[in-house]
Amino acid sequence: MIHKKVKRRKAINHLAKFMFLLATLLTLSVLGILLCQIFLDGKEYVTLDFITSFPSRFYEKSGIWAAIWGTIWVMAVTIPLSFMIGVGTAIYLEEYAKKTMFATFIQMNIANLAGVPSIVFGLLGLTIFVRFMGWGQSVLSGGLTMTLVVLPIIVVAAQEAIKTVPKELKEASFAMGATKWQTTIHVVLPAALPGILTGTILAISRAIGETAPLLVIGAMAYVAFVPDGLLSAFTVLPIQIFNWTTRPQEEFHGLAAAGIIVLMIILFIMNGLAIWLRNKFQNTSRK
Amino acid sequence: MEITINRKPLDKVTESENEGRQAVHSIKLEQANTTEELPAVFKINELNLWYGQDHALKDIQFTIPEKQVTAIIGPSGCGKSTFIKTLNRMVEMVPSVRMSGEILYRGRNIFDSKYNVEELRTEVGMVFQRPNPFPKSIYENIAYGPKIHGIKNKKVLDEVVEKSLRQAAIWDEVKDRLHENAVGLSGGQQQRLCIARCLAVEPDVILMDEPTSALDPISTLKVEELIQELKKNYSIVIVTHNMQQAARISDKTAFFLNGEVIEFRDTGTLFSTPSDKRTEDYITGRFG
Repeated sequence: MIHKKVKRRKAINHLAKFMFLLATLLTLSVLGILLCQIFLDGKEYVTLDFITSFPSRFYEKSGIWAAIWGTIWVMAVTIPLSFMIGVGTAIYLEEYAKKTMFATFIQMNIANLAGVPSIVFGLLGLTIFVRFMGWGQSVLSGGLTMTLVVLPIIVVAAQEAIKTVPKELKEASFAMGATKWQTTIHVVLPAALPGILTGTILAISRAIGETAPLLVIGAMAYVAFVPDGLLSAFTVLPIQIFNWTTRPQEEFHGLAAAGIIVLMIILFIMNGLAIWLRNKFQNTSRK
Repeated sequence: MEITINRKPLDKVTESENEGRQAVHSIKLEQANTTEELPAVFKINELNLWYGQDHALKDIQFTIPEKQVTAIIGPSGCGKSTFIKTLNRMVEMVPSVRMSGEILYRGRNIFDSKYNVEELRTEVGMVFQRPNPFPKSIYENIAYGPKIHGIKNKKVLDEVVEKSLRQAAIWDEVKDRLHENAVGLSGGQQQRLCIARCLAVEPDVILMDEPTSALDPISTLKVEELIQELKKNYSIVIVTHNMQQAARISDKTAFFLNGEVIEFRDTGTLFSTPSDKRTEDYITGRFG
């Protein structure tokens, strides 16, 4: 009787395996179809001229040079700010803050913020940076708004990374008379760094593809110059792409697809970098 | 080599047992008070400790002598690890902990709000149950302590590293690979590395929380030998599950049960003629 049951359990096991395989394949095929479609639409438009030209109302002269530089400028504001503030907050919450009601309250709110739709951050940015601070529709306003978008994600990722640092290592440091700061900087951060970097890179790559908050603060779609400072007007890749998709002419849709290809390549490179960093540090910390 | 390793601790046992027996014949009552004559590193007065509602240490009162090995034995959950962690205030890392009473380290109450905990931990080093080297090079592991105390001179650091590793009897095994990652060492080597790391800060007291419980017998003997050697210069408090170990290496033994000190006296006496029934039951293996 028991032997019959073994057969049944094995059958269920096979069924489960099949279902999971199906789920994986489904996800992969969606990605595959998406990539194929975009590649077919945009491949003939991805040329050196396309990358180094400013946008134009003639599709054959149009390019993404301004958008690429806009993205770089915005990220140059967002990356250092969100990394420093995000990691600082995570260190405070994990290492310094006493587990009081207040800390729990902050913790809960950061988790909530990570789930707030990015357009809401756009409205916040519009109110504070564009209007109240009077920085206008500038790189600075855009970068700060993006910082708001990615900050909660970085805080949560950094907290998770810090939590994985073995308690024994911290104890070893404290037991030798190290202060909290020395322990944090010499023991906790080096051990948590791969996790923090991975989380940050993934958050930043999300920010690069983010459109809504920058649309709200008024990033322009037609920028025929490279930003020359923090208060310069700007556009970014996703906004440029969005703008092209709204044009009636078929050719501009091709340009949009070409823009997406460039954006995708950037994102793949960043995700690859995240994986590479994680593996590199994991290996050095183990052996 | 192995014979000598085996010999030494065994000799120690018979020696101290003999002492114990003689003591029983002559001055049985005075034996318990001999600790008073040695200079004290720690004086524990009516120490009580709670984890939330759980009363983990009850009216602990005894004196830990200088340049001796003081063993703390007792069944699991009797509070021995908790006790040793109060001596360098590591127990405060548990959020819900409360304490009363006092611990005088060289005459100063360590719970005094003016007592700097970093200063205390520089004087009172600790070796943990599981070897916990940093995932850095052997050299960096040892240099960590001196560095956090502000020593930057490369030459001085080199000297401290060599001296500490020699003291911990691991220099010969690692001198050719100081810049390799310490995580690649064997468990026993890692534990001696941790002892060396502790010595590099030049402590006065070394606390050891079951330092050999994660090690194989050969590594255990090496660590025990090392403890005998270190006793010349340091006061050592060691928590151990292993009664033979306590008998082999310690001068004084405290028996803990349910958060109380049942008995504290010379190791030989405690093991040969325990005065409390509960101690006797424990050391003869009737419980725990």
